[in-house]
Amino acid sequence: MNSQDFQLFGDIVRTRSGLVLTEEKIYLLESRLIPLARRRGLDSLEALAAEVRRTKDERLLMEITEAMTTNETFFFRDTRPFDTFRDVVLPQLLKARAAKKSLRIWTAACSTGQEPYSLAMLLKEEAAKMAGWRVEILATDLSNEVLEKAKAGLYSQFEVQRGLPIQLLMKHFQQVGEMWQIDSSIRAMVKFQPRNLLEDFSSIGQFDVVFCRNVLIYFDQATKSQVLNRVYDILAVDGALFLGGAETVLGICDRFKPVEGQRGVYTSAESGLLAAAG
Amino acid sequence: MPSCLIVDDSKVVRMVARRILEDLSFGILEAEDGKSALSSCQEKMPDVILLDWNMPVMNGIDFLRTLRGSKEGEQPIVIFCTTENDMAHIREAISAGANEYIMKPFDRAIIEAKFSQVGVL
Ligand SMILES: C[S@@+](CC[C@H](N)C(=O)[O-])C[C@H]1O[C@@H](n2cnc3c(N)ncnc32)[C@H](O)[C@@H]1O
Repeated sequence: MNSQDFQLFGDIVRTRSGLVLTEEKIYLLESRLIPLARRRGLDSLEALAAEVRRTKDERLLMEITEAMTTNETFFFRDTRPFDTFRDVVLPQLLKARAAKKSLRIWTAACSTGQEPYSLAMLLKEEAAKMAGWRVEILATDLSNEVLEKAKAGLYSQFEVQRGLPIQLLMKHFQQVGEMWQIDSSIRAMVKFQPRNLLEDFSSIGQFDVVFCRNVLIYFDQATKSQVLNRVYDILAVDGALFLGGAETVLGICDRFKPVEGQRGVYTSAESGLLAAAG
Repeated sequence: MPSCLIVDDSKVVRMVARRILEDLSFGILEAEDGKSALSSCQEKMPDVILLDWNMPVMNGIDFLRTLRGSKEGEQPIVIFCTTENDMAHIREAISAGANEYIMKPFDRAIIEAKFSQVGVL
């Protein structure tokens, strides 16, 4: 691929998703965009680049962007954050919100839905403590394709075997041919919506918990910082932010501070969740 | 080093599982049916058992029931690993005392995920 074409694709993807493509990722561009080009009857990336320059068709540009993002995810990814959510964050929020009896959770790059559904299953297990509560799980992603899959809640045998304990498979899934579908009662707990983290999201209201995991790693420093600052603005002052294992706020957004002893969990530097609870 | 007994009548499956589990630092024992698995357990109870369902002589579910009824047979973590990949079989295995269930074909990622789920990794 010549460097003009590489730059063209790199710019499309960066401006639309925040994903920064470095030169050593050329092979990824090739392996992911050649099938896309073929589907449009184009036989090479040069032809695809020409098509982009000629049509400037936003749908095509979004398709290119979605093809370049990584959607890998699994149920209860890394385990620990979900334990922390259940054992540390949730009990404190149940206390703090006892009068209002309402809880809002946002998973900000939910991919094919395993993350919000893990939270939904977990909350269902805790239902006894939450009678009369209104719990909202909003799950968003840039890519419409992953959201469609997430809404259907249909997973392959491989997908249900990564991270999902067998007891939860037995409890919350039905076998549909070769696939496994999560029950409608769990699906009904999650609201899926397309949303780009690069765009203003102040209209979604305030949240008590934000999972923004394994998406910031793809962004450059400035973008990370912008997104984290905007997440801060919609997070309750005693709320909690969960990042992925390779992500941090340190040196990027000092309005957050790490929750001591809980890796990957952050709270407001002003009045933290744990500080507030004593 | 924790020990894992691999019970499967297929030599190939045993070999693939052995490679993965040795990489994960398990000491490996093998048995080709439920009966020889029982003798292996009588000699020394392993920490984990990776268990096929359909085998000649004694199948996996009969082995598991006998094991769970025997002295110290409550101890090992038992993970089924079988092509019986429907809900009815899963329920039967869990109620017979299995701790986890892997549906074949498996790969390294699944073995790692399931082993860490039951707390042996
Ligand atoms: C690797 S997945 C992470 C999924 C899940 N949060 C997890 O930790 O397993 C990253 C997801 O981020 C989405 N994504 C990438 N850039 C985005 C953006 N600018 N706005 C919203 N979602 C984005 C991708 O579509 C992809 O589904």
